Amino acid sequence: MRNAFAKVVTELADMHPELVLLAGDIGNRLFDRLKEKHPDRFLNCGVAEANMTGVAAGLAVSGLRPITYTITPFNTVRCLEQIRLDICYPDLPVIVVGTGSGLSYANLGATHHSMEDIAILRTLPNMHVVCPADPTEARLAVTDAVRLARPTYIRLGKKGEPNVHTSDPDFRIGRGIIMRDGSTVAILSVGNMLEPALQSADQLQDEGVSTKVVSLHTVKPLDDALLTSLFTKFELVVVLEEHGLIGGAGSAVLEWGNIQGVDLRKLIRIGGPDRFLSACGDQQEARELLGLSSAQISRRILDRLNGRHASGT
Amino acid sequence: MDLSSSNLNSVALAARLRAKAIEMSHAAGAAHLASSLSCMDMVAVLYHSVLKIDPANAKWEGRDRFILSKGHAATALYAALAYRGFLTEADLGTYGKAGSLLEEHPSPRLPGVEAATGSLGHGLPFGCGIALAARIKGQSYRTFVLMSDGECNEGSVWEASLFAAANRLGNLCAFVDFNKWQATGRSKEVLALDPLADKFRSFGWNVCEIDGHDHLQIAQAVQTVAMGEARPTMVVAHTVKGKGVSFMEDDNNWHYRIPTLEEIRLAKVELGVP
Repeated sequence: MRNAFAKVVTELADMHPELVLLAGDIGNRLFDRLKEKHPDRFLNCGVAEANMTGVAAGLAVSGLRPITYTITPFNTVRCLEQIRLDICYPDLPVIVVGTGSGLSYANLGATHHSMEDIAILRTLPNMHVVCPADPTEARLAVTDAVRLARPTYIRLGKKGEPNVHTSDPDFRIGRGIIMRDGSTVAILSVGNMLEPALQSADQLQDEGVSTKVVSLHTVKPLDDALLTSLFTKFELVVVLEEHGLIGGAGSAVLEWGNIQGVDLRKLIRIGGPDRFLSACGDQQEARELLGLSSAQISRRILDRLNGRHASGT
Repeated sequence: MDLSSSNLNSVALAARLRAKAIEMSHAAGAAHLASSLSCMDMVAVLYHSVLKIDPANAKWEGRDRFILSKGHAATALYAALAYRGFLTEADLGTYGKAGSLLEEHPSPRLPGVEAATGSLGHGLPFGCGIALAARIKGQSYRTFVLMSDGECNEGSVWEASLFAAANRLGNLCAFVDFNKWQATGRSKEVLALDPLADKFRSFGWNVCEIDGHDHLQIAQAVQTVAMGEARPTMVVAHTVKGKGVSFMEDDNNWHYRIPTLEEIRLAKVELGVP
């Protein structure tokens, strides 16, 4: 996703003379083409994220279209008050991009994990929270965020993830993308969990459970129409995220369902625990530790379906 | 008291702005009066004869920008905005009341307000962005940021100080209203702020140390901003908290105290404002 981001930012900078990229002393060589073509619109702001965020807001209030970029926890919770007051309060068109989200940097330790960012950023008025699933969605998310021109947080993974999409989907911030149709279980996959979500759907299909998969890339605002239809038609609605359960996308759906009055007994939230992760290995190993591998996800869904069937008979 | 009278000199204007801030503090029961009085001469000079701004076109792209980073001194800003016609005297009367955008800290929705301030340490990074935008867009406006000395406790002030010097933001001018007090003590004691001017000098700024109540010195300090000076300008302005009213001067109780009607009367006599 990182390389897709660098490429699309360079292309968008060619098209939009207002676009400015601010980086927090990362991305060595990643933005060489942008620096070469538009030297006045790339700024290495150093390891000073509070200032970088304030500078971005000052650029935006002056008619420019800044994007801030650094490792997720440093570009979100470290400079949270600047995001809240400088960007969100005046509703300025700044795009905040975090790289290495969730457990992408699992083996770097808890300092580099971001299992709280969705929860925290979605509480901010005016903020949009977008979690692309793969490099294709990352490219489309940045492009659509430039169109949107509102405070937008884009939660990227790392580099080298495979493309799940084989062609460009119809991507619109606030609208989920249907990846596969089904009739019994609906898995709403948030961000980089799309690949295991699709694998789980395969496994469920093998067990005779028809499973729909949606890339729910936008956590705020939620796709009302899609959620309403899923809670009406499906036996189970699963929200899957590489993020803590407290306040994450699953919580957002829970809050939404409470307001809408849908049957929330259908909801399963799958995500991370309320603790810092230590010695958790690489991303895949960390997922297994938390029950986020495809086999663990499909097992959990099957158990729930079986338990429900048993109690219903 | 007519604030919008155009034939006031800046010293007379500052006296009227002070009287207005005192009245507003009383009417709203709102604190931070001494902080407003402390920076009032800088605000008066800027709005009297420095800032190129147009109340009829508050968002004019070529305007100079002023950010009151010490947002708790909002009454100083509001009174100055009324003097320049961005607000009316009637607007000032709504300060602190339900339904009014004249809140105790400036709202970005209010005409003439460039940034939401009140949480300290936000104005300088924001101002750096505005100054940088002028360079990217090829515009000649200047950006002014007014901070407090207590505000210099915030790390973001020093992040921005590095950034402004590194990026040669010669079109940026910041003031520190150096009244030697912060909310609960002397700024040289709370976090040992002295020597403040040397700190900014060592960060690469063009630093002027002035008497922050001397209007000529204030006007001279900003003369080189964006006029061939490549370094950002830091005006370390030595001031007296509560300046202009003898019984408020250098008494930190007036960080929070609200003046009585009798105190307003006495203050206006001292200020020579009817």
